Amino acid sequence: MTPPASGKASAVDTLGGGPRRRRPRVGRRGRAAPLPLLVPALIGLVFLVLPLVALLIRAPWHSMPDLLTSTEVWQALRLSLVCATAATAVSLVLGVPLAWLLARVEFPGRGLVRALVTLPLVLPPVVGGVALLMALGRNGVVGKWLDSWFGVTLPFTTTGVVIAEAFVAMPFLVISVEGTLRAADPRYEEAATTLGASRFTAFRRVTLPLIAPGIAAGAVLAWARALGEFGATITFAGNFPGRTQTMPLAVYLALQNDPEAAIALSLVLLAVSIAVLAGLRDRWMTTR
Amino acid sequence: MMQVAGGGAAALLALTACSSSDDDSAGTSDPSGSASASGKLSGEVTVFAAASLKESFETLGREFEKAHPGTKVTFSFGGSDALAASITGGAPADVFASASPKTMKIVTDAGDNAGEPATFVRNQLEIATLPGNPDKVASLKDLTDADLKVVLCDKTVPCGAAAEKALTASKLKLTPVSYEEDVKSALNKVVLKEADAALVYKTDVRAAGDKVEGVEFPESADAINDYPITLLKESKNTDTAKAFIALVQSAEGQKVLTSAGFLKP
Amino acid sequence: MTDIEKTIPYDVEAPSAGGLDARLVVERGSFRLDVALTAAPGDVIALLGPNGAGKTTALRALAGLVPLTDGHLRLDGAELDRTPPESRPVGVVFQDYLLFPHLTALDNVAFGPRCHGVGKAEARAQAAGWLERMDLTDHASAKPRRLSGGQAQRVALARALATHPRLLLLDEPLAALDARTRLDVRAQLRHHLADFEAVAVLVTHDPLDAMVLADHLVVIEEGRVVQRGTPADIARHPRTDYIAHLVGLNLYRGEAEGHTVHVDGGSTVTTSEDLTGPVFVAFPPSAVTLHRDRPTGSSARNFWRCEVSGLETHGDQIRVALVGELPLAADLTTVAAAELALHAGAEVWATVKATQTHAYPA
Repeated sequence: MTPPASGKASAVDTLGGGPRRRRPRVGRRGRAAPLPLLVPALIGLVFLVLPLVALLIRAPWHSMPDLLTSTEVWQALRLSLVCATAATAVSLVLGVPLAWLLARVEFPGRGLVRALVTLPLVLPPVVGGVALLMALGRNGVVGKWLDSWFGVTLPFTTTGVVIAEAFVAMPFLVISVEGTLRAADPRYEEAATTLGASRFTAFRRVTLPLIAPGIAAGAVLAWARALGEFGATITFAGNFPGRTQTMPLAVYLALQNDPEAAIALSLVLLAVSIAVLAGLRDRWMTTR
Repeated sequence: MMQVAGGGAAALLALTACSSSDDDSAGTSDPSGSASASGKLSGEVTVFAAASLKESFETLGREFEKAHPGTKVTFSFGGSDALAASITGGAPADVFASASPKTMKIVTDAGDNAGEPATFVRNQLEIATLPGNPDKVASLKDLTDADLKVVLCDKTVPCGAAAEKALTASKLKLTPVSYEEDVKSALNKVVLKEADAALVYKTDVRAAGDKVEGVEFPESADAINDYPITLLKESKNTDTAKAFIALVQSAEGQKVLTSAGFLKP
Repeated sequence: MTDIEKTIPYDVEAPSAGGLDARLVVERGSFRLDVALTAAPGDVIALLGPNGAGKTTALRALAGLVPLTDGHLRLDGAELDRTPPESRPVGVVFQDYLLFPHLTALDNVAFGPRCHGVGKAEARAQAAGWLERMDLTDHASAKPRRLSGGQAQRVALARALATHPRLLLLDEPLAALDARTRLDVRAQLRHHLADFEAVAVLVTHDPLDAMVLADHLVVIEEGRVVQRGTPADIARHPRTDYIAHLVGLNLYRGEAEGHTVHVDGGSTVTTSEDLTGPVFVAFPPSAVTLHRDRPTGSSARNFWRCEVSGLETHGDQIRVALVGELPLAADLTTVAAAELALHAGAEVWATVKATQTHAYPA
């Protein structure tokens, strides 16, 4: 017998990237991107950015100071941020376990459940709002009992806004987290159980930290979606300044008789979301 | 009104055609009448109309097409503001029927109209309550009860502006649970029983059938909404378009509109 | 043959109450694993076999990561068949270690004790103790990606041992290492396994690892045990061609002084490597040449006087088992064997060229 053949891959290499292996960054610099990729990429970029640029060009900059000092705008902005954040929190608490279930537990009808979870993505948000009314409204399938047993009615409340936004935003989080979970190596969970960790402990102390980047990405997606939510919100929660009137609703109603104000409001919403997202990104970059 | 008078002959033809098509025996016994009418009018007209006109205008559109074979009336129903914005943005339309003079003004200010807009119907507010009026709403003042969930239209849309006018005139302070983005949304909240009452148009209460119950209130007289109609500058088929406007303003047209709950101008 | 010194006595009639007593039956589609394993506390068993033989499945069944279709699993007298993995007193060193990438080496080792209800400070203290035993104190705060292969392997071993398992499982513990690191790590692992007081089962496809690390081999082919015994037994009496090929290795332990190795038992082996201290020396049976008379003109530096103790045919080869100055195995062609008129009890001289031996630190 000959001495052992040299190892396949060095252990450092195998472990380097944790669950998602990092490929060496060959060819990312110093080589021109091929035209068949570059041209559509640039067209795509222009397509996405051009409307925003147009918005900036046509923005009524002179009326900005008035808008920014208006209490109604601040009210709507604050409500938007609070509700989008709360909806993201709801999505995290319910969506991450749901993603885990879809990724890690085999059960009959899993494909169907996955399709159901993504349904709110295809449903027109207004229809989603009507569906929510039928389920959770004062006269809804479940809402009827909420009302008669606990005296809780959800439509026309800030809670209603959070529910409508979570309904629309959660699928983004579930899909994103499920994808990360599928890419993550399930053997880390096994390793944790052989060390005495229950399946939940393994999830909490091993899987969760491993998929944290995926969860963060999903949360950002969900937050952004919730922040821009209009249809389901206005249908389910109505429109009342300070209570259920979020920025998109304010923008839409301003559009009815003062398009300039609507543009200005949209820009405020854009600026705030860009600031928040950029801020989060910086945080991640530095703590990683 | 001059432009409408110019289309008088066509209107007359339309009227006779309508009545003949309404009357089965006349319509089938005299097909030559409609044939001669279609010889004059043809082609497609596109009508942008306020959402509240949907049922009435669709009926009138069918009658018009029947009276003038070869013509086709295409409708785009929506919020008057959105429609006005599309028109000033260059949307290809022949006729604009708006739910308020204010939205019509957006079009006339842009110079997109051909001729003066004319008021063809008026709409009055009514209280929509749950079927059977379980909360015993009898007046506008009853709506100020804090236990009642009332929805209004947002003041940026015509029904909201009208409601605000009526409430101000009667010196009532009403805090709704929501300012809805249009009249149909306000009505739907009552239809779905999420709200106890809504201030909407008579026509909407009528259209909702037995899903809501209407309660008239005298203060609504202070906030009657005029519906103007006009031919548009971009129209490529002015004769047919004028004929449709004439039908809307004719006695026959008014009959259809008033049966939907509109008031005569 | 493989005279690996026995630090722990192996009792073939093994376990009464203590140790491992298992019959692992796992069915998966057309594949069926049926392996019986018994071991006393202190034993190190190697499951040896080609890829796809079912070694890893057997290991996963022991850990509880794969349910048994049939059979039983008793450890220190307790039934574990239905016990979930987290409740089994079993520690696992996975093939690529599976160190949690987000935790430091210290927290990786402290993970097990924490899961067993030990307080945070105490768990870390215990983990620090384990790292010290593994000579890794300097790397306690390093994340796994900063560790070398050998260091990662030792952290993985420390992590598995930190829960005080009664059964330690090692899945290809050296496979992820390069050849150089492998020699050192193998020697260290051997040392740690010798200290381990409970049952250890390791899975490997490398007979050298198996022979160095284990004192009892179980050879598995296609889900079944084809042979079991001490490394020496198996090497002397291979029952299948696979095993013959697999264990065809003469392996000795001794003290090196430059190019000379004093093998336990009195003989010396001359090697091409220049080493000092405890070493292993290995050479394949095909490197051995047999002579009727004492070789004179041969360039071989190694020659020993031996007696034939057995002959076995494998294909067109004959494996000759020899005892005498140095017990060894030699592979000859049938023609060569006939020319030498070999028979049990015949006296021969065995020679091996120094360049064909391989010595490395123990």
